[in-house]
Amino acid sequence: MTKPEGKPKVAFYWCASCGGCEEAVVDLAEGILDVVGAVDIVMWPVALDFKRADIEAMPDGSILASFINGAIRTTEQEEMASLLRRKSQLVIAFGACSQLGGIPGLANLYDREGVYRAAYLESPSTENPEGTLPRLRSRENGYDLSLPGFYDTVRALGQVIDVDYAIPGCAPHPKVIQAAVATLLSGELPPKGTVLAPDQAVCEECPRRESKPLDLSISEFKRPHEVIIDEETCLLAQGLLCLGPATRAGCDAACVCGNMPCSGCSGPTSRVLDHGAKAISGIASLIGGDDEEAIDSVLDGIPDPVGTFYRYGLPASLLRRKTLS
Amino acid sequence: MLRENGFGSGPTSGGKTNGAPVNGDPPIRIGVYVCHCGTNIARTVDVERVTEKAGELPGVTIARDYKYMCSDPGQELIKEDIEELGLNRIVVASCSPNLHEGTFRGATAAGGLNPFFFQMVNIREHASWVHEDRESATDKAIDLVRAAVRRVHHHKALETRRVPIKPEVLVVGGGIAGISAALTLADGGKHVYLIEREASIGGHMAQFDKTFPTLDCAACILTPKMTQVRNHPNITLMTMTEVVKVDGFVGSYEVTVKHRPRFIDVSLCVGCQQCIDACVYKRGKFEDEFDAGLSMRKPIYLPNAQAVPQVVLIDPEQCIQFSSGKCKQTCVEACDRDAIFFDQEERIETLDVGAIIMATGFQTFDARRSPHYGYGIYPNVYTALEVERLVNASGPTGGEIVLRDGEKPTAVGIVHCVGSRNQKSNPWCSKVCCMYSLKLAHLIKEKTDAEVYNFYIDMRTPGKGFEEFYQRVASEGTHLIRGKVASVYQQADGDGELLVDVEDTLAGMVRRIPVDMLVLAVGLEPRYDAEEVRRTFNITCSGDGWFMERHPKLAPVDTFTDGVYLAGCCQGPKDIPETVAQAGAAAGQALALIGRGYMELEPNTAQVIAEDCSGCKTCIPLCPYQAILHDDAENRAEINEVLCKGCGVCVAACPSGSIVQNLFEDTEIYEEIEGVLAYA
Repeated sequence: MTKPEGKPKVAFYWCASCGGCEEAVVDLAEGILDVVGAVDIVMWPVALDFKRADIEAMPDGSILASFINGAIRTTEQEEMASLLRRKSQLVIAFGACSQLGGIPGLANLYDREGVYRAAYLESPSTENPEGTLPRLRSRENGYDLSLPGFYDTVRALGQVIDVDYAIPGCAPHPKVIQAAVATLLSGELPPKGTVLAPDQAVCEECPRRESKPLDLSISEFKRPHEVIIDEETCLLAQGLLCLGPATRAGCDAACVCGNMPCSGCSGPTSRVLDHGAKAISGIASLIGGDDEEAIDSVLDGIPDPVGTFYRYGLPASLLRRKTLS
Repeated sequence: MLRENGFGSGPTSGGKTNGAPVNGDPPIRIGVYVCHCGTNIARTVDVERVTEKAGELPGVTIARDYKYMCSDPGQELIKEDIEELGLNRIVVASCSPNLHEGTFRGATAAGGLNPFFFQMVNIREHASWVHEDRESATDKAIDLVRAAVRRVHHHKALETRRVPIKPEVLVVGGGIAGISAALTLADGGKHVYLIEREASIGGHMAQFDKTFPTLDCAACILTPKMTQVRNHPNITLMTMTEVVKVDGFVGSYEVTVKHRPRFIDVSLCVGCQQCIDACVYKRGKFEDEFDAGLSMRKPIYLPNAQAVPQVVLIDPEQCIQFSSGKCKQTCVEACDRDAIFFDQEERIETLDVGAIIMATGFQTFDARRSPHYGYGIYPNVYTALEVERLVNASGPTGGEIVLRDGEKPTAVGIVHCVGSRNQKSNPWCSKVCCMYSLKLAHLIKEKTDAEVYNFYIDMRTPGKGFEEFYQRVASEGTHLIRGKVASVYQQADGDGELLVDVEDTLAGMVRRIPVDMLVLAVGLEPRYDAEEVRRTFNITCSGDGWFMERHPKLAPVDTFTDGVYLAGCCQGPKDIPETVAQAGAAAGQALALIGRGYMELEPNTAQVIAEDCSGCKTCIPLCPYQAILHDDAENRAEINEVLCKGCGVCVAACPSGSIVQNLFEDTEIYEEIEGVLAYA
């Protein structure tokens, strides 16, 4: 790979994530060629064989931008994030896990021990008769082995290092990525802290918006597998819990266009502090029923409130985690 | 810190801007003023320490403490500091904003600042008055001041709105309180809707015979007032009418009233009563409410001889036409005005008024709740209201005081404080019972020459001419026995004669006194539906159930709801002169309000930020004032500022945070929370 002088250096890195964000970059399809042509990629574990030592050898601030996806749950992730921070002029939290804590952040309902128990002992697909659990150090066949430390609490990137921008979504929509990269390369940087996506809610882009009634009152929540979903009508009007009204746009209402309710992956708009709380407030005001009993029975249709309203953002929310005992 | 949690997870403006200019505006220069409130605050809160700590906060240019911030010199301090030190934010730590927010906003404006660059901290009701430990109360005051200082950085210049006040007034209740208030307002040229639940106005006073201490005939002084109400061009009188809903706000209330059917056309009936004579019931069969059940009336009846309006009504529960549909309808035949309509139905009407006067009165204590006095068990035990009817010349006996068997009583006992001053019934003194008991003692003695025994706990006669009246009754030979009646029995073979066991605390002995009539001086209590009425009008009740005044001394006829005033016994026990005086005061307050012509409203309205709104319509059905519309063309919500009352429902619900409310912007609230939680 040739490295023309003067091209800005860019790093991609992954922390606690599923790989979807890497896919999202690849999903730029031929658009990726524009990116690759414009920059010099100095790290990208999923695609290129650069090592930690290569980055350590670079002068501080020599990378224009590091795009880091995934939440922070291990010491290694924290170390890498800190290293990239030092070497980069800009750090961009890439995707929901990095921006808000993401799906891995739901582990904050448990502690390390609880996560280990579920992952290594109790899950139906686990075969571990000796009850082996990850340890920081162990000796195997005469070798000393070490593993990164595993925190009780999953954190968003911004809770670990200083972050300049975020690209939201699980995974970020190619359109959002492209626009964000174009913004960063344009040289006209938005104020630090900007989430590089539209600052309205998904309804703005939703093709079903007009079908939402003015006086919506939900008397029963239905889950997608329980009903045949009409493809034209507002999902909330059909009793499906759609978080579109509370969630940042930019995705072209991709899930709704796929006939599934918005699950809130792009987080809140810049004006909202706690995505889940705001979504609860908004959804609760649509609930019909005159007395407590009637309202309770409507709410019974939301069996997992934390997993529903804080699916992508528990670590970055005001709740942050379940109290550690 | 609330906003350090996650990246991009919340508002990023503000937060860490303490003391630094916001968005390139001139530097924030805050003046903090800590009030001693005499010793009200200073006794429990170390105001010097609060002032010192306030002075150390970012953005604070000057912090002072002063004996009375609300005084002229106190306000002058603020004004001078603004001018001399170039302050652009003011924080006053003193009492409740309810009391003096207006005062200090005024002082802020007098110094040349927009009055909304001011924030008030309540370190009296919220600190000194509710705590005893000086150290902790001071710490709390410091926290509260810090919260306000952090908040006031983000205040914006706002303009107040003016809305016109509707000149009509609603008076609820047609007793002497409502009548007096209505007449004062009407004489002042304002249109009054006087609504009364019963079929006639007059209230309790119409049932009385004489009034204490002057022994004026109640009817002689009340009836002319009732007639004035009927004839006044500025009064619309509505009887058999109740309020079902109150919408709107001060200056612009929309009151929904329900007219119960009378089955008589009020505009046709002249009160000739031929229908009553012609009724298929040859004589009265049902207890007459006005006579406290001591006489019987027919299903078609006139509420009382002096009723206003002089119009009969039909009780559908009792009239045969309603129960069987097969009455001969002799009343209809007899009515030459064709005023009877069996098919009359309930009617709903909406009244637009600027102010409301509550004059819903009281009910008397139900003597059955104190069974040891024998009411409802022994026939010769009466309530005072029943005896009022017996004494009254237009009452069931034509003014003769006789027992149920028609005999004149020879010994009469009057028990004071029935249902009052007792933890088992009502703890309060009903204020009027001592005096009306003395009045009844006088009237009974005068009319029957019976021996009269008044059993009292304490004789309470504070009032003009009251003590003199007491002396007069005592000198007439009424036996005044200081002691509580323990029990009342009927003699086994004594023709209904009653034995009253009482401890005579002055004589130091227990006495058993035989009487043939016992009168229970029942106390006053809130009406059974006071709680419901309170809700309808959105006012408050004190713990005992009486409607609560805004301030017990300085705002005795106002309520906590602007434009709703109190008159008469709905606020607490009162005699007639007090009631009339309070009704006048309430009318005066209403006149003052209407006379101003407009209301200045807090600029606490909400606005949709059009470029942020995604048109999700969540807010549209939530607004209790229908102030939000959906602009279909633009696909945006839009708030009508004139209709918005600043309740904040839409602000809380907006899922994308695209509605903001003046004075309650997220940044302001979060700063306040962080300020109060940031232990120094």
